[in-house]
Amino acid sequence: MIPEIRLPEVVGFAFPNDVHITWSLMIVLYPYLTGIVAGAFVISALYHLFGREELKPISRFSMATSFAFMVVATLPLLNHLGHPERALNIIFTPNFSSAMAGFGILYNTYLLILILEVWFVWRKDIILLARRSRGLKRKLYAAMALWTYDISPQALEKDHSAIRVLTAIGIPAACMLHGYVGFLFGALKANPWWSTPLMPIIFLASGMTSGVAMLIILYQIAMKASGQKIEGETIASLNRWLWLFMIVTVSLELLEIITLAYEQSEAWEAIHPLLTTKLAFSFISVQLILGSLIPFILLMIAVTMNRYLHDRVRNTLSFVSALLLLIQVFAMRWNVVIGGQLLSKSFRGFRESYSPQLFEKEGILAAVGIFCLAFIALFLFARILPVFKGLEEPQAASLEAELKG
Amino acid sequence: MAEKFTRRGFLGTAGCLVLAAALRPRGGEAAEASPTEYNWEEYSYVYLVDASRCIGCGMCVQACQRENKVPDGFFRTWVERYRIGEGGRVEVDSPNGAINGFPSTIVDFKVTKGLFVPKLCNHCKNTPCTQVCPVGASYTTKDGVVLVDDKRCIGCGYCVQACPYGSRYLHPVTHVADKCTWCYHRITRGLKPACVQACPVGARAFGNMKNLQDPVRKIIATEPVSVLQPELLTRPNCYYKGLDKEVR
Repeated sequence: MIPEIRLPEVVGFAFPNDVHITWSLMIVLYPYLTGIVAGAFVISALYHLFGREELKPISRFSMATSFAFMVVATLPLLNHLGHPERALNIIFTPNFSSAMAGFGILYNTYLLILILEVWFVWRKDIILLARRSRGLKRKLYAAMALWTYDISPQALEKDHSAIRVLTAIGIPAACMLHGYVGFLFGALKANPWWSTPLMPIIFLASGMTSGVAMLIILYQIAMKASGQKIEGETIASLNRWLWLFMIVTVSLELLEIITLAYEQSEAWEAIHPLLTTKLAFSFISVQLILGSLIPFILLMIAVTMNRYLHDRVRNTLSFVSALLLLIQVFAMRWNVVIGGQLLSKSFRGFRESYSPQLFEKEGILAAVGIFCLAFIALFLFARILPVFKGLEEPQAASLEAELKG
Repeated sequence: MAEKFTRRGFLGTAGCLVLAAALRPRGGEAAEASPTEYNWEEYSYVYLVDASRCIGCGMCVQACQRENKVPDGFFRTWVERYRIGEGGRVEVDSPNGAINGFPSTIVDFKVTKGLFVPKLCNHCKNTPCTQVCPVGASYTTKDGVVLVDDKRCIGCGYCVQACPYGSRYLHPVTHVADKCTWCYHRITRGLKPACVQACPVGARAFGNMKNLQDPVRKIIATEPVSVLQPELLTRPNCYYKGLDKEVR
């Protein structure tokens, strides 16, 4: 029998330096987080800017979610960098021919918009809380209110105008922050599995999907945990958006593959076996069947038969679809980031596999930890400011009277 | 009064001695030009690989690993073996970058032609790696060499992804991008890169395009040569003779 010539851990022939996975699980996690940031922000914008009243119950919550995930989004990057202590070089001395140099501008712009918008949306609550509290807590809220206590109707009207303007700038800013991540991959001519102008759009669409899915799950859990009613109209609306975003996402993902296959390019000869062997589980089973086909059917039932569905059925369909779509989007990030590195630039082979270790620096525990930090950030946000309903006027009025009295 | 022998004084003197030892010119071969006399405006380096001459011995890879202390499992240069048969059958390998040459293995088809192809950074004129460096740590020198400033590099790995030739890697110890420098510390002293020096058959040659008498310049100007992946328009400064279409 003639032995096959194989390099360790490589199928076919890979350039010797190509057997290392330079971009680890952290780089899978980063676009996953920013996708949720962008998706959640868009849902908040649908209420604040486009007046979708049915989304009012989660308009604040979606902004808080966007904010919490935004705060932790840089952690995977910092953990990935070989020299995190030099990270600020990107911001202070960027090389503008690099797509990555845009990071500082895009991230900081969006963060600034988000902080301002959070302030305007919650300004009234901050003031009311400052008035209600005593001691250090009062000082804290007073500082958050920037020591201005004006909640006259005129001032609140100005707040609303500011919110509308910030949302209008925030949508493109959020889209650019997340779309640019897609561009980082899409604009690399060295890697045919990444190099497509569709990449930023695929990232955006899947980001919207994951953002809405995350909101559905968190909203339902939060309502259950606090014993409040899950608004049927809100869930029905979120289902429609989720269905729309997932259809766009999956269509684009398939379009990319079909184009590659139909063009019969040199790269396809390497990508095709990669998809059907090494990525068969994460791409075909998880991303396409479990994460796309099943939620597509479930959401189709939830959306088209909405009026016949009992609340519990609708919520369950919605919850399960959202969970599956969160898995789908993660699988998509994995297949793009890791899949693109399994494939050697020799186009003649690929790395056997990549499984992150539990305890390594960029391993599973670090990724889970950072992901959990986002929920902790959201929890803390909710402890400081009310994330569902704002403090109500009568209560506020009585408080004021109380204080005056 | 005699100067007091203090710890500070001792450390200062010792430091100076260590520094002097570190900066002392190395190697038995007398340097033709010291770095201070070196004028990079007079050079435009170019590399020529004659694949038809390469015997796949791996001396170049060994020389490179020793000269540049390249970590195990990573390569600034390597050699690929192509065995091409009838019906489009191709078998390519490069066991451990061919640092120990190639084992005599058998393939299950009739080999009609074969070749060894040394690979290294192409030091492209239109280089994708320096383009994507977010902090400008990767740069091209005036004499045409692509280098990495290991004091600026943040270790993001974007350049590694952007290089279509697989020439870069993240150094496992220093955590910065690392790559072939054409032995910049040698060439600026008038020496050849270690791999060129080590090649027993003259498959690797190094020259200066600004020197009208340079033999490498003459070959590139007058003989058929090609570059790797020309369709990507990276415009390599590393040229090849005797390539086959199967080589990427």
